[in-house]
Amino acid sequence: MGIAPTQPEMASGEAALEARDVDALWRGVTNAIEDRGFVLTQVDKLVNWARTGSLWPMTFGLACCAIEMMHCYVSRYDLDRFGVVPRPSPRQSDVIIVAGTLTNKMAPAFRRVYDQMAEPRYVISMGSCANGGGYYHYSYSVVRGCDRVVPVDIYVPGCPPTAEALLYGILQLQRKIKRTGTLWR
Amino acid sequence: MDEQALRELGETLQAIFAEHVLAAAVDRGELTVTVAPESLVRVLSFLRDDVNFHFRQLMDVCGVDHPEREKRFDVVYNLLSLTHNRRIRVKVMTDEHEPVPSVTGVFNSANWWERETWDMFGIMFADHPDLRRMLCDYGFEGHPLRKDFPLTGYVEVRYDNERKRVVYEPVKLEQEFRNFDFLSPWEGIQASLPGDEKAGS
Repeated sequence: MGIAPTQPEMASGEAALEARDVDALWRGVTNAIEDRGFVLTQVDKLVNWARTGSLWPMTFGLACCAIEMMHCYVSRYDLDRFGVVPRPSPRQSDVIIVAGTLTNKMAPAFRRVYDQMAEPRYVISMGSCANGGGYYHYSYSVVRGCDRVVPVDIYVPGCPPTAEALLYGILQLQRKIKRTGTLWR
Repeated sequence: MDEQALRELGETLQAIFAEHVLAAAVDRGELTVTVAPESLVRVLSFLRDDVNFHFRQLMDVCGVDHPEREKRFDVVYNLLSLTHNRRIRVKVMTDEHEPVPSVTGVFNSANWWERETWDMFGIMFADHPDLRRMLCDYGFEGHPLRKDFPLTGYVEVRYDNERKRVVYEPVKLEQEFRNFDFLSPWEGIQASLPGDEKAGS
């Protein structure tokens, strides 16, 4: 019965004590880690881990490479395991896989799609045609490499590359993000 | 298909249209009829509607370029008769300026094929409902399937970071086009290959 009135008093005293201690603790911790950059790198790693684990590619199949891209998405290689889920909208995507021949007529549309993607954004150029025009290098209607239109992160060679090759390219992109990872690109 | 039957088919057509059918020939089991442009619509309508011919389906319209000829272009119409299990090819000769009558009134499907033929060869079709380019880029100049059109064309595209858009520029190739066709039977096998002179010594 006599305990009740004393309780709030004790609690407020404890709280004051705690606040002082916590302040001191934070000062101590901040002083100890200030010059080591400890917190910042950990946030970087966390962000990069999150980014590599959910690379959502913009669906951009232009030619036969798109068939291999589809093989890569579905059950045998199953890109879902890597958190790679094809998106129908550039607003939701982190990476655009240019799978196939980029023609002159398509180039402005492709650039517009790329511009609509949110930062950080990455580009995987898949197959000979996207890398440098490939078989159609001397054609009157084909862009000689999609790097003439957008900056490219990963080139996947082949005509068309196998599904494994594209998978390897995606893993290389993950490595690249981990290696060069900063909060802002 | 029986060649004799095809030949008879061609002769019948010549008998009906007299001077409007310029030639009818059977080659490798295929009947090809050359028609004067002004009677093209009449001939195709007849081929479609007559019960003995009944070529109800237009399978393809395309162009052929013969730059050495006075009338350099052929327009080719491939017809199919499911009723008689027969095919026929109708050809019309023209040049850059003389329009060919459009057959969209006879076969609806000719619409886009004629647009494509216009796009690729620059062959004009009179009375076409919507003669625009079909496949080439917006604002494309020239007709790429003509023999005098250069392989690499005249313009190429690139993204201009200052103007923030895709720009067209004259073609500048890092390396000229080279044709490595060593195995072609038409090019012929060279009498001696580099290094052959060492064989005798």
